Amino acid sequence: MDKARDLGTSPDEVQFRFRDDEPVDHGTVTVDAAIDQSNAAAVRIEPGDDTRLLLPFLDRLALVEVNFPSFGDGRGYSAARILREAGYTGELRAVGDVLIDQLSHMRRCGFDSFAPDKRLDEEDAARAFATWDNVYQRAADARRTIPEQRHEA
Amino acid sequence: MYQYDSYDQAMVDARVEEFRDQARRRLEGKLTEDQFKPLRLMNGLYLQLHAYMLRVAVPYGTLNSQQMEALADIAEKYDRGYGHFTTRQNIQYNWIKLEDAADILADLSRVEMHAIQTSGNCIRNISSDHFAGAAADEVVDPRPYAELLRQWSSFHPEFTYLPRKFKIAVIASEKDRAAMRLHDIGIRIVRRDAGEIGAQFYVGGGMGRTPMIAPLVRDFVPLDQLITYAEACLRVYNRYGRRDNKYKARIKILVHELGAAEYTRQVEEEFAHMLAVGVEPPREELARIATYFADPAFAEGPKTLDRSDPDFALWVDRNTHRHKHDAYVSAVISLKPVGGIPGDATADQMRLVAKLARDYSFDELRVMHTQNLLLPHVRIADLHAVWTALDQAGLGAPNMDTIEDIIACPGLDYCSLANARSIPLAQRISERFAQAGRTEVVGELKLKISGCINACGHHHAGHIGILGVDKKGTENYQLSLGGSEAEDVSLAKITGPGFDEDGVIAAVEKVTDVYLASRTDGERFLDTYRRIGMEPFKEALYG
Amino acid sequence: MKILTGNDLRSGAVTWWNGTGWSLFVDDAVDVGDEAEEILARETAARRVNVPYAIEATIDAAGHVRPAHIKDRVRALGPTVRRDLAVPTADKTGWDWVI
Repeated sequence: MDKARDLGTSPDEVQFRFRDDEPVDHGTVTVDAAIDQSNAAAVRIEPGDDTRLLLPFLDRLALVEVNFPSFGDGRGYSAARILREAGYTGELRAVGDVLIDQLSHMRRCGFDSFAPDKRLDEEDAARAFATWDNVYQRAADARRTIPEQRHEA
Repeated sequence: MYQYDSYDQAMVDARVEEFRDQARRRLEGKLTEDQFKPLRLMNGLYLQLHAYMLRVAVPYGTLNSQQMEALADIAEKYDRGYGHFTTRQNIQYNWIKLEDAADILADLSRVEMHAIQTSGNCIRNISSDHFAGAAADEVVDPRPYAELLRQWSSFHPEFTYLPRKFKIAVIASEKDRAAMRLHDIGIRIVRRDAGEIGAQFYVGGGMGRTPMIAPLVRDFVPLDQLITYAEACLRVYNRYGRRDNKYKARIKILVHELGAAEYTRQVEEEFAHMLAVGVEPPREELARIATYFADPAFAEGPKTLDRSDPDFALWVDRNTHRHKHDAYVSAVISLKPVGGIPGDATADQMRLVAKLARDYSFDELRVMHTQNLLLPHVRIADLHAVWTALDQAGLGAPNMDTIEDIIACPGLDYCSLANARSIPLAQRISERFAQAGRTEVVGELKLKISGCINACGHHHAGHIGILGVDKKGTENYQLSLGGSEAEDVSLAKITGPGFDEDGVIAAVEKVTDVYLASRTDGERFLDTYRRIGMEPFKEALYG
Repeated sequence: MKILTGNDLRSGAVTWWNGTGWSLFVDDAVDVGDEAEEILARETAARRVNVPYAIEATIDAAGHVRPAHIKDRVRALGPTVRRDLAVPTADKTGWDWVI
């Protein structure tokens, strides 16, 4: 096992994925390393990292992992939205203490891949992803919000 | 008032089923208590001293008679026949079973109510001026903006695991009747000289263990950027609010540590970015919501009344508030009977209040942050009938803003965080002043009691504040003076060493003695305190 | 003595470990000595109790158990301001020592 692999999750650990392309199988590097190394294609964001430091390098990134060391720390939701708002289209993977009841919100913030520490019950997770038929506010997904639907011509 | 459309109803119904599923997984052992706790809290369900407690949202304090009747039914069907109205215009039930909770949420949803985000580290129920839509002095009715914020903040995907809870208040007058600057975000809707309406944003206020008055961060946000600006304020907080120490995690600490100028700079930067991204709902949405808050059909009528009954006249003077239509007033229903539990109402009382709202107030009711209820639009011609019905039900106490109108948190009688009891103090103080006939003599005096440092009883903002602490296993009470939650906002200062229960009641009497001996014409307790300072009060207490 | 208390997971009711199960009555509480951790772990895992903890208590000559901390005494009896809702207990003197 190479050193970089220690930091990232492997495709095998990804339980849910909403992309058609091949899973990225690179080890990830830290945000600091990604800025220094011009060839890094996969990066891992920790809660205290400033996601905006990555924005100049989005073109060469194919995988961004956002780590949730504890499910109650919600900084990763902002990190995900910031990346999507800046036009990042690569894989955005939520890793760590990812629980059933956070899946739908994470999806809305732009995550399209999930590698929870503990595998989640498939049936409960499917229900969680489908919780909201509609949504009130804009986020990183392309869903028409309720206010927008109300005023469609 | 606002009515759900099929979208709103579907959202609330989906939430009920989501919670039903979460409770099932908890009971089946698929969720640990640590995992379940934030989920139940985001549905208002606490585990308190004696049972689960359910806090039901009353958005910006407005409800109709059918909703109040549903609250009464819940009190009887699932609880012990009563509920407790809170300082954030909500109602909570003290004896709830986890296995009933989803059914209660379903009952609430049938009358367009819910318990969404009444706890947890998320954006809480939006509070507002209890006189909204009725007050003579408001720029506009603030509730459409509160409703817009309610919808935006409901199930917000980015802001559900904030560093700490987040409370927003919206007002639209110079007078502050919602403790606006003691909220995480306080919004005041203002009109510029040119007639344009916008929002002032105050950010980083709060009570708790480190009370702070929110500084102004933006003096005018155009209405079609309201949500965008709120989103920017929240994003800066979510990214940079402290998560290493729960006691330093509120936004007030972030604003304080960064300084208001630097926080504002960061918000403005994020705001510019957000404007480019485009998160504001369509402008027509605010217009749609506003139609629900159009004035009811006010009719002309008598503007004076028969004051020959002195009890009635006193109630009118104390408990009614000037209305924007001069044939109407807003009438406060005191939930502070002498010797009673502040904010508690029985199911029967709720039903009576609902009936009065239907008969006399265009079917509208309000919950006040002072833990009272309000009929916002009562014809002056109907006041005597309203008062007679209230008085017969034990709801006619003429004591708004007097020393009997005490705000008290549930304290150690109910709350698992409390260090001391609050309610018995409130009961004894109101009895003491009522029996001595001193309530009216003392006049406006806002006394607020918290049973722990979290300050749910707003003691920092009391003209007189009392904080219960644990002193080697016994209850002890710190007295403070000079706070205000109103437009003349200030934080109370501690007088000195604490007292036991009897001692703090005697101390309250002593400070009112000092006030009565020192006041000049027309001065309230707070005015006298501000003029003469702490020393004379200290001297009387400890000299 | 050391006793165990918690809340029932389903109903939320305050409960006390009586040696074989969880009782609504504080007077049923038994001294668990040094077995507290083991019982707490087992009972929590079985979801027979929610967020239980061990506390100090004394027992009087009549057999009434009195938790050492004021908070647990209030839990044992009910809100002092709503004595009509109190937990029914054999100890008629309960309100004399709760505070």
